[in-house]
Amino acid sequence: MSDKPKLAMYWASSCGGCEISVLNIGDKILIVDSVFDLAFFPCIADFKVADVRGYPDGYIDVCLFNGAIRNSENEEMAHLLRQKSKVLVAYGSCAYEGCIPALSNLTTAEATFKAVYHDNPSIDNPDGVRPQLVSQVPEGELTLPKFYNTVKSLDQVVPVDYYLPGCPPEPPQIWAVLEAVVAALTEGAELPPAGSVVGIGTVAVCDECPLEKNVKTIERFYRPYEITPEPGICLLEQGLVCMGPATVSGCGALCPQVAMGCRGCYGPLPGVDDQGAKMLSAIASVVAVGEPGEEEAELERKIAEAMETLVDPAGTFYRFSMAHSLLRRTKANGGSVQQTSS
Amino acid sequence: MSEQFEPVIVGFLCNWCSYRAADLAGTARIKYAPNMRPIRVMCTARIEPQFVLKALREGADGVLIAGCHPGECHYVEGNIKALRRHTLLKQMLRQFGVEEERVQIVWASASEGRMLAEAVDRMTEQVRALGPLRWKQTVLSGNGSVELAAAGHQEEVTLPEAEEV
Amino acid sequence: MSEKVGVYVCHCGTNIAGKVAVEEVAEWAGKQPNVEIARDYKFMCSSLGQELIEEDIKDKGLTRVVVAACSPHMHEKTFRTACQRAGLNPFLFEMANIREHDSWTTDDNDAATHKAKALVRGAIDRVVHHQPLEPLPVEINSNTLIVGGGIAGISAALELADAGYHVYMVEREPSIGGHMAQLDKTFPTLDCSACILTPKMVDVGQHDNITLLSYSEVEEVDGYLGNFTVTVRKKARYVNEELCTGCGICVEKCPKKVVDNVFEAGVGMRKVIYTPFPQAVPKYPVIDTENCTYFIRGKCKACQIFCPTDAIDFEQEDEMVKFQVGNVILATGYQLFDVSRIPRYGYGRLANVFTSLEFERLVNASGPTSGKVVLRDMETAPKSVAIVHCVGSRDQNYHEYCSKVCCMYSLKFAHLIHERLPDAQVYNFYIDVRTPGKGYEEFYHRLLDEDTNFIRGRVAEITDVPRTPEEEGKLIVQAEDTLLMLQRRIPVDMVILSPAMEAYSDSREVSQLFKMGCDFEGFFIERHPKLDPVATMTEGIFIAGACQGPKDIPDSVAQGAAAAARVASLIARGTVMMEPVRASIDEDKCCGCRLCNELCPYNAIEFHEDRKVSEVITALCQGCGACVATCPSEAITGAHFTKQQVMSEIEGILWDMITEPVAAPEPVEA
Repeated sequence: MSDKPKLAMYWASSCGGCEISVLNIGDKILIVDSVFDLAFFPCIADFKVADVRGYPDGYIDVCLFNGAIRNSENEEMAHLLRQKSKVLVAYGSCAYEGCIPALSNLTTAEATFKAVYHDNPSIDNPDGVRPQLVSQVPEGELTLPKFYNTVKSLDQVVPVDYYLPGCPPEPPQIWAVLEAVVAALTEGAELPPAGSVVGIGTVAVCDECPLEKNVKTIERFYRPYEITPEPGICLLEQGLVCMGPATVSGCGALCPQVAMGCRGCYGPLPGVDDQGAKMLSAIASVVAVGEPGEEEAELERKIAEAMETLVDPAGTFYRFSMAHSLLRRTKANGGSVQQTSS
Repeated sequence: MSEQFEPVIVGFLCNWCSYRAADLAGTARIKYAPNMRPIRVMCTARIEPQFVLKALREGADGVLIAGCHPGECHYVEGNIKALRRHTLLKQMLRQFGVEEERVQIVWASASEGRMLAEAVDRMTEQVRALGPLRWKQTVLSGNGSVELAAAGHQEEVTLPEAEEV
Repeated sequence: MSEKVGVYVCHCGTNIAGKVAVEEVAEWAGKQPNVEIARDYKFMCSSLGQELIEEDIKDKGLTRVVVAACSPHMHEKTFRTACQRAGLNPFLFEMANIREHDSWTTDDNDAATHKAKALVRGAIDRVVHHQPLEPLPVEINSNTLIVGGGIAGISAALELADAGYHVYMVEREPSIGGHMAQLDKTFPTLDCSACILTPKMVDVGQHDNITLLSYSEVEEVDGYLGNFTVTVRKKARYVNEELCTGCGICVEKCPKKVVDNVFEAGVGMRKVIYTPFPQAVPKYPVIDTENCTYFIRGKCKACQIFCPTDAIDFEQEDEMVKFQVGNVILATGYQLFDVSRIPRYGYGRLANVFTSLEFERLVNASGPTSGKVVLRDMETAPKSVAIVHCVGSRDQNYHEYCSKVCCMYSLKFAHLIHERLPDAQVYNFYIDVRTPGKGYEEFYHRLLDEDTNFIRGRVAEITDVPRTPEEEGKLIVQAEDTLLMLQRRIPVDMVILSPAMEAYSDSREVSQLFKMGCDFEGFFIERHPKLDPVATMTEGIFIAGACQGPKDIPDSVAQGAAAAARVASLIARGTVMMEPVRASIDEDKCCGCRLCNELCPYNAIEFHEDRKVSEVITALCQGCGACVATCPSEAITGAHFTKQQVMSEIEGILWDMITEPVAAPEPVEA
């Protein structure tokens, strides 16, 4: 191995989109290639875990860890890579705050297994076979990773140096971060303080969004297929849920520009503990239903009716940030585990 | 101290109506369940879902939001904003398995000390019947990993030490 | 961060110490994070108790203070001032209410002590995050706006004007005087209402310090205590006030008469160009364009033809007047309950069922019948009259409250009928006879001596369907006489209904205009029902008279004067310090989403189109926190109720729930 700085990219519970997003930086990938040597990158190169175990501690200069922590293998790799890396980056929304995998915290591992291996129409499993933690096969004993009840973000298992949000992160942001790292390595430039969220703007998505914003008063909510929004006007005003106000900018407001409400993948504004709770508060506050002077029961009925048009609030507000939310998961034997359908 | 489960309820009381109602209940020496621990805000409009979720997470078995009757809010319609947020929050909490009785909103004007006391008593019994919530200990502990055994196994949840966040 | 918190646990004699183990709580508090010293003391609010705090601040360099005692509504101010005396910003102080909310509410000593610890720890964890705050100085403009020219408004206006301060009085009707001008005699003295009122009206009209804007309405109010900008619409009278001498020839010559539904309550007529009553102030007439022949068909113009000073101006338009005031007194009065909402009382269907105001006009010497008590045919005198108390009052179906004045004026009516028609039988149907004022009970006795028939029972029905020959051609009042325990049917010629006193139907719009509140019934909400009946929760806005709740003339006058005194006190001070518990927006964090703009009940959040950010106008903000809770970027901070403070209080109050020490993450500095 040369003594160029070492780069690693690992995927835990992920979709693979983050790996592709790195390629999305276009020809700048050549700069990355010229500066770094790969030390571990399961998506594109044939390194083994044993190789990583063999590295000295801190051997990897920058590790881009994407994907959430779903099972014991993810967690083991998180610990291993933390040990072997100087700088560990939680890359993408899954590693940052759970993202889509963490939505399974609205159910339990048991319910998941039942659905996958027993209770669905395309499964024929009369013997109720399930993956076993330990099984005997001709070659010997085979162990599988433990499937956790609760999906976690990377920083809930190991200390993380930087977070790069996005699902996936956008090329300009990725490049900004990589460029800073390259400059630090080659010119000794200073890196931001450990624990920072990088590759983001300073205010919410609304700042980047070109749609016209007026005062907000909403009568009811619509699902995206229910109405055709008027072009050029803020989607939230028209009753389409857009997480823009509670999401940090940096993506260029790509989704609202094509009349799709922001889903919040870049995560909360700095200092906000719980992105979903903030958005819930904001959105409920501007539902202009009910007035002082109305009879109490009527008021409650009208407001309940309006709020019910917002389907699946947990999935909507915590689509990306469930692992970082205050409650984090449903009660294991909570009554509404089944209510997590679309 | 009795052996039975004593719920801990965090109460958010608005300065102008419900806090004064609670004061009045005390002045009138009305005895009611000591399970509600009040926090003062100027108006229920200040209460955001984050506060409710934080209380639940930090160990409260229930959260009570008490404000002025609709139409009597010192700040015109702050309590209605609170009601809107509460309605949506309730809907969402169902998805988290948090029962409706655990997070309640009541109206009490400054002269309704007895009514507030009764509401606290009522909610205490409702939450007592539901049992402890103790989110950190029961829901967030460990990684909640599941041992996989043979088909038809019973689920085993291992609970190592309490979660550090 | 590390602060030095001083914790003081009060015994309050045995009020707290009797239930809460105060020494134990103090000792425990001393071990909590950030606590420098913790003491318990018998009476913290005493001068010795306060000195304890002051000395500790100086000697131990305390940076925060917590007092666990009674309600902050009792002594927050006391202790804040003590801190200030010792050089500590008064907002670096927090109270834990372990008396009203703890020791007084339970007999379980263990539970009380346990709860006290939670409340104390909540206060400690919160106070650590308090910031020093400074109140805002605000200058008070010495002008005052008084809305409503009835007796309460007049009373307030004269007090202020005589004190040397300028008053703008806005009255919706063409003349001031309000309902009192419609009355004949006032109870219990039987003073002639107009005689005692009109001199005051003239004073108002002539006073150097009063600008009277009659036939006008307030359209817009901007600003805050000490600095209100008011926009008033002066409706067009079609009479040029500069030229009109009040001679009255136009009224005389006007050929058209219409029913006067306002001043004469529908029992009398007026001309189309009219002054509401002879002693009207101001004296300028007004044209009722809905009925005026000129405005309908372009013909007539008699008033213009005959006016000696050419003061009639058909082209006149509404005028908008804008001015600055420092304070506002709302004295908008009342309206009467619409008795046709109770169909079984027959108002509108049965000709000789009258409302109290209609009867006032009949019995008034300058009314349509010159004071003769007659039936609807304007001729026949009744031989028997029934007066029904509590129409719409004390009634779960309409208004639960008692309207306070109706018993007295119902007795007054009985007396006047006896006076004018000595042979007539008078029946008062009552639930209770409420006569609490000076001379009121004596007045009641007088009526008893005058052989008035009192029947204790709520009237079930007033009908003209006879059951016996004696009932033919009469109005029959059916009621259960609860003292005799009999159903009774009393045939009478005339029925007078005493309707509830209601808030004006548009009181809610008015309250919104002035950014204060109405209660369920529409009456304006006072700051405190016992101790502050003329102030509202909105700084600079005061209320007086029946708009605050049903009341009689002496109470209206008293409230008018009280409101004036409050205003005068503010004006005399010149500068007032406003509470700093308000919201502010960090422009750098604001993304311009505009979620907050419509939320503020005081319209205190402005959106800047150029910079695409919102801003809170500090002086307008009343500190409710609605915007703070809404902003999803946490760009809005609510001083003294910040997220950090409340979250810490939550953690502290649940101190016993976290069984193992949890390392709190370093807060990401916002």
